[in-house]
Amino acid sequence: MTPTIEITKLTKTYKTADMETPVLLGIDLSIEKGEFVAIMGPSGSGKSTLMHILGALDLPTSGSYHLDGLDVGKLSDDELADIRNKKIGFVFQAYNLLPRTSALENVMVPMEYAGVAEEEQKTKAKKFLELVGLGDRLFHAPNKLSGGQQQRVAIARALVMDPSIILADEPTGNIASAQAEEIMSIFQKLNKAGHTIVMITHEPDIAEHARRIIHIKDGKIEKESKDHRQRIIEEAKKDRKTLKRLHV
Amino acid sequence: MKLIKLIKGGIKNLAINKMRTGLAILGIVIGIGSVIALISLGESSKSAVQSQIQSLGANLLTVSPSGQRSGTVRGAAGGGTTLTLEDAEAIESSTKITTIKTVSPSYTGRAQVTANRNNTNTQVVGVELSYAEVRKITLTSGRFISDKDVSSYAKVAVIGPTTAEDLFGEGVNPLGQTIKVNSQTLTIIGVSKAKGGSGPTNQDDIIYIPLTTAQKQIFGVKYLSTIYLEAKSQDVMSRAQEEVGYFLMERHDITDTSKIDFRIMSQADIMETATSVTGTFTSMLTGVAAISLLVGGIGIMNIMLMSVTERTREIGLRKALGAKKRTIILQFLTESIILTFTGGIIGILFGIIGFYIYAKVNSSSFIVSPGSVILAFVVSAAIGVLFGWYPARRASDLQPIEALRYE
Repeated sequence: MTPTIEITKLTKTYKTADMETPVLLGIDLSIEKGEFVAIMGPSGSGKSTLMHILGALDLPTSGSYHLDGLDVGKLSDDELADIRNKKIGFVFQAYNLLPRTSALENVMVPMEYAGVAEEEQKTKAKKFLELVGLGDRLFHAPNKLSGGQQQRVAIARALVMDPSIILADEPTGNIASAQAEEIMSIFQKLNKAGHTIVMITHEPDIAEHARRIIHIKDGKIEKESKDHRQRIIEEAKKDRKTLKRLHV
Repeated sequence: MKLIKLIKGGIKNLAINKMRTGLAILGIVIGIGSVIALISLGESSKSAVQSQIQSLGANLLTVSPSGQRSGTVRGAAGGGTTLTLEDAEAIESSTKITTIKTVSPSYTGRAQVTANRNNTNTQVVGVELSYAEVRKITLTSGRFISDKDVSSYAKVAVIGPTTAEDLFGEGVNPLGQTIKVNSQTLTIIGVSKAKGGSGPTNQDDIIYIPLTTAQKQIFGVKYLSTIYLEAKSQDVMSRAQEEVGYFLMERHDITDTSKIDFRIMSQADIMETATSVTGTFTSMLTGVAAISLLVGGIGIMNIMLMSVTERTREIGLRKALGAKKRTIILQFLTESIILTFTGGIIGILFGIIGFYIYAKVNSSSFIVSPGSVILAFVVSAAIGVLFGWYPARRASDLQPIEALRYE
């Protein structure tokens, strides 16, 4: 089975008139369906650029990026728009909801661009808002919602097209910690239900929610680590070995 | 369905900044309004001129002296003294001219006219009986100048309704009263029927007197200002024009066509001149109005460019969520078309109201041509597309990441 995301030797260099700034220096990465991956790194490490390329918002300078077996680097502007619409669900740090537009209508936007019938748009949007616990806030405009609630609207919007991956860029960066936990538990639930999630964060305790953490530094993958639970299991296994050795 | 949603969204966005939207629309209102008002004005004045000239009869030819030449300097048109009563009589009695039914010589001058203590400056026209026929003059009371009045240098006058009102007041019967024109006392024998019209050639502000009286006693001249000719039918107009032309050239001993000292015009000629004058005037004003419309359009473009800049993040988000270029262009074009179309509708209303007021004040006819209204609709929508295109295009060309990063 082909992985959902397959990146090989990917580089990205920003060019201005008199300067070239290399940002990504050869990334190899493969993410399987159903994974929950956190990408960590200090600012300037290139994690946001990687995120933009993963989200088909930007194209690599060299190397290849396959999403569901599709070579994203070779697509036109409108085809990229289509990919973003159908295969990627974005959750941004600043929520990025349309102002003066109800939660319901915000969630309907991606379906509108996909040409879904209006009645279906409404029922689906309602369903996903209920899923994130906002069934009683359908007609509230973003400025009448708390940060956590706005981010939940954004998650509903990301889910509504049933995308191949959910890309979250610092999803809890603007949210108080109690509400951040709520958001992360939604991501956990979605991952258990089979959604592939790629999340960018610089907070280690947020990254702990993921099952695989990729550390980026200076445009390269520095190391990969498994999540908390798996570490405990692995350590326990090692422990058993040492115990055995001791008792033998 | 989708269109309704687009329009709803557009209105919602425009409603955010009502002041700005209102001012942008105002530019279009002024542009479209002035175009509508001026086109209507031009059309109604054109039709007024046409109906005025048509009322004189389609068979009428006008012979007038053309400006005299002294050396290479040409005198003012109509100021000549070359046309005489003998010319008129010769035309009437000539056997060579077969197409003319009636000949009516006349002399027109302006004079100060007094009655009791009132006085007015008006046209005084010396005429013969045939004048009433060729110029289609009818009377409300009394009688017109007769052949006997002319041969006897009678001191009588037929006055127009406006002049009667000026001199004797409203509702007074002027028949039998006397007026003084250049120290000659004339008795009023008739009042002509109102014809309408305005300006220095108003046919209601006029006094008709016997031609002989006018030439000898009032103005002291021997020449004519106009000979009116009525052709036998409309079909022989151009032949009549030729016949009379050659006849008069012969009488005046003219062989070189550049030295012709008279001018023969048909109603068609006069109409052409008059409409071309009003046409030039109207198209000039409409041009000015079109420039104001252009300025309004630039205002729309300005507003839309501002809106694109302000909504950069929104555009980025929409693109991230899957909006294609076409979708973004459509969204912004819809907004600019809503602006110009609304401006167009209000402008049409204001233009019509403005023109209505003008027509009331000047008691001229109020005709709004449906063509100009349709044109205004189309033009206002076209301006929306024309001036909305560049901003919309710019919005659609924004790169999603750049737009999302924009603060």
